[in-house]
Formats: sequence, structure tokens, C-alpha cells
Amino acid sequence: MSANPAPARRWRPSPFIANPWLRYALLAGAALYLALALGSIEVNWARLSDGWARGLRFVSGFLEPNFSRRWDDIVQGMIESLTMTVTSTVMGIAISVPIGIGAARNVVPRPVYFMCRAIIAVSRSLQEIIVAILLVAMVGFGPFAGFLTLSFATIGFLSKLLAEDIEDIDPAPVEAIRATGAPWPSLIAFGVLPQVAPRLLGLSLYRLDINFRESAVVGIVGAGGIGATLNTAIDRYEFDSAAAILILIIAIVMASEYISGLVRGRVK
Amino acid sequence: MPVTALPEGRRSWQRRTPRGQIAVWFGWLLAVAFTVFCWRVMTQGTIWAFVLDAPTQAADIGARMVPPRWSYFPSLLKPLWDTLNIATLGTLAAIVLSVPVAFLAARNTTPSAAFVRPLALFGIVASRSINSIIWALLLVAILGPGVLAGIVAIALRSIGFIGKLLYEAIEEIDEAQVEAIRATGASGAQTLAYGIVPQIMPAFAGISVFRWDINIRESTVLGLVGAGGIGLNLESSLNTLAWPQVTLILLLILATVVASEWVSAKVRHAII
Repeated sequence: MSANPAPARRWRPSPFIANPWLRYALLAGAALYLALALGSIEVNWARLSDGWARGLRFVSGFLEPNFSRRWDDIVQGMIESLTMTVTSTVMGIAISVPIGIGAARNVVPRPVYFMCRAIIAVSRSLQEIIVAILLVAMVGFGPFAGFLTLSFATIGFLSKLLAEDIEDIDPAPVEAIRATGAPWPSLIAFGVLPQVAPRLLGLSLYRLDINFRESAVVGIVGAGGIGATLNTAIDRYEFDSAAAILILIIAIVMASEYISGLVRGRVK
Repeated sequence: MPVTALPEGRRSWQRRTPRGQIAVWFGWLLAVAFTVFCWRVMTQGTIWAFVLDAPTQAADIGARMVPPRWSYFPSLLKPLWDTLNIATLGTLAAIVLSVPVAFLAARNTTPSAAFVRPLALFGIVASRSINSIIWALLLVAILGPGVLAGIVAIALRSIGFIGKLLYEAIEEIDEAQVEAIRATGASGAQTLAYGIVPQIMPAFAGISVFRWDINIRESTVLGLVGAGGIGLNLESSLNTLAWPQVTLILLLILATVVASEWVSAKVRHAII
């Protein structure tokens, strides 16, 4: 034991961004941005205090949802939403499989690859609701416009993930089938698709979920489904009916997530 | 796998037994029948004359949409700034709110697996099931139209997304490191700060940036229901059938989305 021990050293975790200049510059930039952004929000305090009572009514609507007042509308909207979901998912899968195969670099020639990637990029960069607005203008109000919108959105999602999956497959089975002299369609059917089928099923079920959730949105702009009912309920400040619809949506999403989890577990 | 011997002595291989073949065929039949049934129900009210007319309508709208009205651009700058703010501030609020929810929902950090965890999981599912536009619709009715409703809508929708991915990341951490920190006599908060947080930090940063990117995309259309941003201009241009303005707005939205995707890809690349 020495009389005066070495001064205790303190350990600090290394910072997340190593370069101190960059770290402080980013912090200063973030602070400046926050000040500017928060400063540019216009808050109408009178309207907010007005809304407080409505907010409470909405919360109490969630505790006592009213299923009966708009029950017929809810049933009609749900039927539209569910049928729209099923048909658009099936249609989306039917179109995405060829496009997904075409967008996989390892199984098709370059021109086809670029064309399919372009289709995917277009479908992914347009939001559902904008597509729905344009389609409602073209084919009229109702679930058919929603069906077209969701099919279109499904193509971008499924094809992209399927293409990435195909690019990751084990090349050995494909090589083996090619060695037997099989033509290109057999190559796809026996070498590629069996390898991605379980994942395709999983993705399709996931997309079914998403399409149902989105079907609630496209109704707001007139493309049919439960969204139209919800929109009416909220516009009339019938928060208890709106809460009932939201509870139904949450319940259906939970149930379908549970079922798709079971199916995916069995397929793997 | 079933192999049948052919009369001339060769053997033939099939993928399935005849019984399996019939079962698979029947399954497909059911799926097709169900789809057709759904199709029939869905298209009951469809007026096919309108649908057949769609190409003419599309050509008509397309002709009205070009050229874009470039002179409208300066008045879009403020809404664009609002849109960026909705996405960014909404994401920040969601991050602050979702971290505690994620820790309550993760099996290895939740204080009570029987009571708190299901509650946190329900919160996550409820937030995820409802699209941000629907949240915005509700919040515009409650808070009044404006940027604030958009920020809260984005935040409410993002809590579920960030919370879900984060709690899955927390459940996948390496317990040995947590054990090692705990063995030094660290308190609960210290274990959290030095054992768990460093392990989930890269995933957390990646998830946040990813969600910010999605939120930019979603905040561009929130204005359709009155929640501020560039969507407000889209709504008013659509209502007045000012198609050249619609084109310009759509182009601007596209550019914003592409830019945000580029930024988020760069940042995620730098983190991982």
C-alpha cells in the first residue's frame, strides 16, 4: 500500500460518432433544425383546448364502442374491404411472380431485368392513396378502384422481395437441372421456384395483412371499403362508431397475423 | 417418393402420391372458387361502362396533366418544409415514446411478463394496424387541421413500427454480456446502459432512419385529410381540377421520396 495511490482513472464508453468535429457539427445542426422546425409550427391553442373535450369523447368511445348505430354500413364496408383484399392479393401475386422472376439478375437476360426493375420502381414510388385518387377518377367510385390500387401496390412489394430471394438462391440445383438439358421454363419450375416457394407463401400472407390495412385507407378517397364508413363516422364526430370500426380493424389484423404466423411456422 | 414400374421395365418417378395429387388439386380448386366468389361479391355494384371507359378517361387526364405548371413551384416550398417537419418531428416523438414500450414488451427486460408485456404488445399492434392517414383523420377531428395533427399522427403510427422491431432486437441480444455486467455488481440502470443499450444501438439507429424514410413518404399525403404539408396543396389542386399543378406536386413528392430514400440508404450504410 503506497501512501498516495495513483489518481483513479475513469472509463468512458467510446462515443457513437468517432470524429469529434463531425459529432459536434451534427449536434449543432440538429439543434438548429429543431429550433427552426418547432418555431414554424403554428398551433391554434383555442382550437386545441376545444379539441380536448373531443379527445376525451374519443377515448371514452373506445371504452364504450357503438357497434349498432352504423352496423349495416360497417358490415357492407367490411365485406367490400375483405373481398377487395383477397382478390387484389391474388391478382397481385399472379402478376408479381413473372415480374419477380424477370427482375432477378441471375435467371434472365439484362434487358428483361431492367424492364422489370423499372416496373417495380414505378409501383413502389407511388403511394397507394395517390394511385387510388387517380383510379377513382378513371373507373369511378367503389371497390373496383380499390382492387386495382391494391393490386398495383402489391406488384411493387412482392416482386421486389421475390426477386431478391431468387438472387439469393443456391445455384447448384439450377446448374444440375440445366445440365440435364432442360429448357428455360423447366429451369424456373424445377430449379428456382421450389427454392423460393415457402418464402413466397410467407410474403403473400404478409401482403394480405398489409392489403387489408390499406383497404381501410383507400376508402377515404372513394375507392370503397371500410375506410368510407370510417370517414363518415369521423366527419360526423360519431367517435363511438369510429372506435367500433377501429377495434374491428385491429381485431382482424391481429387474427390474420396470428394465422399467418401459424401457417409460416408449419411451412418452414 | 412414389415410384411406379412401367410395363416395359422402366421406372417412373412422380413428385406426389395419387392421393396427395388429388388433395393438392382440391386445395387449389377451393382457393380459386373462393377468389371467384370474392370477385363476384366485390364487383356487384361496379358499373362496367365506367370501367370500360377508363382508357379514354386516362388519356383525357393525361392530356390535361402536361405540361406541369412550373410557376406554381415557389408556393410549394413552405408546404414542403412543413412536410419534412411532420416526418422528422413525428419520428423523433415516436422514438422517445417507443423506447420504453419496447423495453416493456421484450421478454428479457419486461418487469412483468404476465401483465405489462401483453399490454405493451397490444399497444404496438393497435398502433401498427391503423394507417397514419386514419390517425390523421381522427386527429384532425380532435386537434383541428394543421401540422400538429400530422406530427401526432406520424408519431402514433410509428410507435408500433419502431417498438416492434426494437423489442425483437432486444430479445435477440447476447445474454452473456448482460450477465457479465451484472456480475460486477452493476445496478439495474447500469446493466441497461452498459449491457443492453450498446448491443441494440446499431439496430435502433437503423430502424429509426428506416422509419423516417417511410414517414417522409406518408407525410406527403397526410394533407389530403387536412393534416398539413404538401398534401393540402394536392387536395386543393385536385378539387379545383388543376391537373397541371397536380403533376408538379406529384413530381415534387417523387423527388422528395427518392431523396429521402437516398439519405436513409447512406446513413444506414454508414451505421452498419
